[in-house]
Amino acid sequence: MHKYFPQTQKDQQKMLLDIGASSLDDLFQAIPESLRYRGDFDLPKSLGDFQLTKLMQEKQALNHQLTVFRGAGAFDHYIPTVVRSITSRQEFLTSYTPYQPEVAQGTLQYIFEYQSIVSELTGMDVSNASMYDGSTATAEAMYMAYGITGKTKICVSKTLNDHTLEVIKTYAYFRKIDVVEIDEKDGHIDLSSIQDHLTDSMGIIVQSPNKYGIIESYANLSQRVHDQKGLLIMNREGQSLALLKTPKDEGVDIACGDLQALGIPLSAGGPYIGYLATNQAFIRKLPGRICGITKDVDGKRAFVLTLRAREQDIRRDKANSNICSNQSLNALAVTVYVASLGKKGLKEVASACLNGAYHFKKMLLQTGQFEDVYPHPHFKEFTLKYKGDANRLNQQLKSHGFLGPYVQNNQFLTFAVTEKRTLEEMHAFVEVIQ
Amino acid sequence: MRPFNQDLIFEKSTEDRRASHFIFESFEDIKLPSDLLRHDEPLLPEVSELELMRHFINMSTKNMGIETGFYPLGSCTMKYNPKINDELATLKGFTDIHPLSADEDIQGVLSIYDETQKMLSTLTGMDTFSLNPFAGAHGEQTGLMIIKKYHEKKGNHHKNIIIVPDNAHGTNPASAVICGFKVVEIKSNLDGTVNLEALDAVLDDNVAGLMLTNPNTAGVFEKDIRLIADKVHAKDGLLYYDGANLNALVGVARPADMGFDVMHINLHKTFSTPHGGGGPGSGPVGVTETLKNFLPNPQVVFVDHQYKRMNHKDSIGRVGGFIGNTLVYLRAYVYMRSLGKENLVEIGPRAVLNANYVKTQLKSYFNMPLTSYCMHEFVYDGLKGDTDIKTLDIAKRLLDFGMHAPTIYFPLIYKQAMMIEPTEAESLQTLDHFIDVMKQIVKEAHETPELLKTAPHTGYVKRLDEATAARNPILSYRQLKEKALVD
Repeated sequence: MHKYFPQTQKDQQKMLLDIGASSLDDLFQAIPESLRYRGDFDLPKSLGDFQLTKLMQEKQALNHQLTVFRGAGAFDHYIPTVVRSITSRQEFLTSYTPYQPEVAQGTLQYIFEYQSIVSELTGMDVSNASMYDGSTATAEAMYMAYGITGKTKICVSKTLNDHTLEVIKTYAYFRKIDVVEIDEKDGHIDLSSIQDHLTDSMGIIVQSPNKYGIIESYANLSQRVHDQKGLLIMNREGQSLALLKTPKDEGVDIACGDLQALGIPLSAGGPYIGYLATNQAFIRKLPGRICGITKDVDGKRAFVLTLRAREQDIRRDKANSNICSNQSLNALAVTVYVASLGKKGLKEVASACLNGAYHFKKMLLQTGQFEDVYPHPHFKEFTLKYKGDANRLNQQLKSHGFLGPYVQNNQFLTFAVTEKRTLEEMHAFVEVIQ
Repeated sequence: MRPFNQDLIFEKSTEDRRASHFIFESFEDIKLPSDLLRHDEPLLPEVSELELMRHFINMSTKNMGIETGFYPLGSCTMKYNPKINDELATLKGFTDIHPLSADEDIQGVLSIYDETQKMLSTLTGMDTFSLNPFAGAHGEQTGLMIIKKYHEKKGNHHKNIIIVPDNAHGTNPASAVICGFKVVEIKSNLDGTVNLEALDAVLDDNVAGLMLTNPNTAGVFEKDIRLIADKVHAKDGLLYYDGANLNALVGVARPADMGFDVMHINLHKTFSTPHGGGGPGSGPVGVTETLKNFLPNPQVVFVDHQYKRMNHKDSIGRVGGFIGNTLVYLRAYVYMRSLGKENLVEIGPRAVLNANYVKTQLKSYFNMPLTSYCMHEFVYDGLKGDTDIKTLDIAKRLLDFGMHAPTIYFPLIYKQAMMIEPTEAESLQTLDHFIDVMKQIVKEAHETPELLKTAPHTGYVKRLDEATAARNPILSYRQLKEKALVD
């Protein structure tokens, strides 16, 4: 008998007797015999815990753990031990969505704290309880703009990360939203030619730092978009929020992006966590769960899911989003991470990444193999033009234990530096190139 | 009096404290142009490490997890989340791998994807699965995009209607709409099954597909499913299987054999991955052979002796940043390999046995809209007899006994619905204890109804004022502070 199945033969017999059924099979009499599967399931045999551990150790050995100099939406930051220690508490890990608030005050309180943190980082008035990842959060921001403006055209900068742009296109295509891609110039969104496109559009999606790592400046873009009754949507990776002018101060209407850099491991792909924040005016158009503060009948402070009338289980086909589960446990991880670093630590780690990136860029340029094609301010990622074969370079780097830069196109290579990258690693990396 | 209050971490903050220790390389300090930087001070907490731990650990004790007590939430399949899954899914060789690594450098992860796709296919009869979707609703969305792309590829651009029964999960109609479909809702029979006349009345050439949960949200198997499938297929519509209730059928019957063309599975239900207080979940999508080229990019396949991520030109496109919630799949994989062929096939029968047992023991106390054997869950429609006690009161009173409430007021077709799903993970003793508690509550309902109406009594908080929360929403610490200044 397997450890996940408590009912013994004897238990089963007693239960069947009480039910008045002759056998387990008898309980399935509602299923026509022709639909019962009586064949053999071609599945591997059960493994004991020890064999299973060995198998997974073998599997992990087939993944190469490299020293990461790559970003493109996934960053190799140090995660304080407290994060995992708290997120692995079964009370957080195994609990359901907090629909019974009396037994879910823990979940609800951290969602409230998470929302507070996202509001503080972005400067926006309100945040929801999280989205799947940065790319889907951006696509949902587009759906919000669609719901708010009623228009069917959206402008999207080509300086968005490739994958984010692809997800936006998928989401747009099926909802019959036209995506107008705005060209880039010199590694930056080209704002000179957008006026015509802004007309009749629900707004524009930009990304800063963009896919090259460059911090874009938008001058009066917000005003121009608002003049056309559109919305400004900005995708911004979570860590840079600690340093850069806030989306709010950029005149953004909807801020979105991925918070993976704040306490979530690389994980070969996920789960990550998207954030979505907006101004008070659009609060009822914000998708997903939102936690509010209230009191119980004794007047004691309590937390509860609120503004529920926006959500799919109530609005059904009138809902502007279908999101139900989000990435709650990762919202907890972000909350603990930010609380752990604190106001100053968050800025210090971001600065350490920035300083490391500039230093590493200087080292790379000194090799004479690269050209600084985009000499603009950047954050922890930067892009250089490589004179040789980029793919061969990455193969070479790999044989020395490095995950090299992300190849944008041909010879444009985007490097990422986090606080984990040491001077020693940078020297070893440069040595491979020389 | 409890030693700890519900102060926010922000309210415990003291300037200059910290709970992390970093020593950085001494690189030159870079000064970015001032107009690119933020100059305000965000309101972020500053606490010591011990303060931080106490804050969150005490918060956790206000939560109920599966290891705390019985969690019979209908349609949610709250089964035990094995510890070994967490341990093995978070080995460094999985957590520290960059998603944009070359295929050859993540063969371990990709091989697990491939094997998981195959095991899910075997259990459901589908041809293949994509593990990219992040959650059940995201799986529905992906599946519906596939349906749309299929019709478009055949030149049938007019097919724009998705039929959804009135007892479906709210995500079904919501997903259909965001995929550009028009939703037509049909009335269900009293047992929640599809009303064939209602179906016939709306089935025309514009129908792109029908979404069904089977067993349905009342816990009843759709016995006419083959007939329904034939009707929909005759109009060149496709059948979508909402996998929310798959637990009942694992090892017993397969959605593909019933005529379903596309489906999603909630791994956080059927395959024991943790719910996490509302995610991360995952919603792998399975399709029949005809539809496999439409699956989202990239698809993990095994070709030329290597596991690869491949894009297909007919694909609906990319639905997420990378390849889905990888660590969730690793947990489900470990669970499936632990149970293996011998035990996986017992999930359905054991889950159905537990549900029927509870249902039988309490049938004389509650109104039961359905009397035949149930699947993995069942619905009571309020207390029998002369009482004004509502389902909500019973649910809240259960919390006092250290048990989570069942799903209440769903499905919408029963006024006082209380949906109970014990799962196969619960022992006979736990079920008997639950039954005893329910009998006790029934007794209280007649003798001391006030006790129920004011429940819960033992929790951290009592019933909440949800109306004020929605009328004057306070959604962040800053808003709370500002409100305090006004008050």
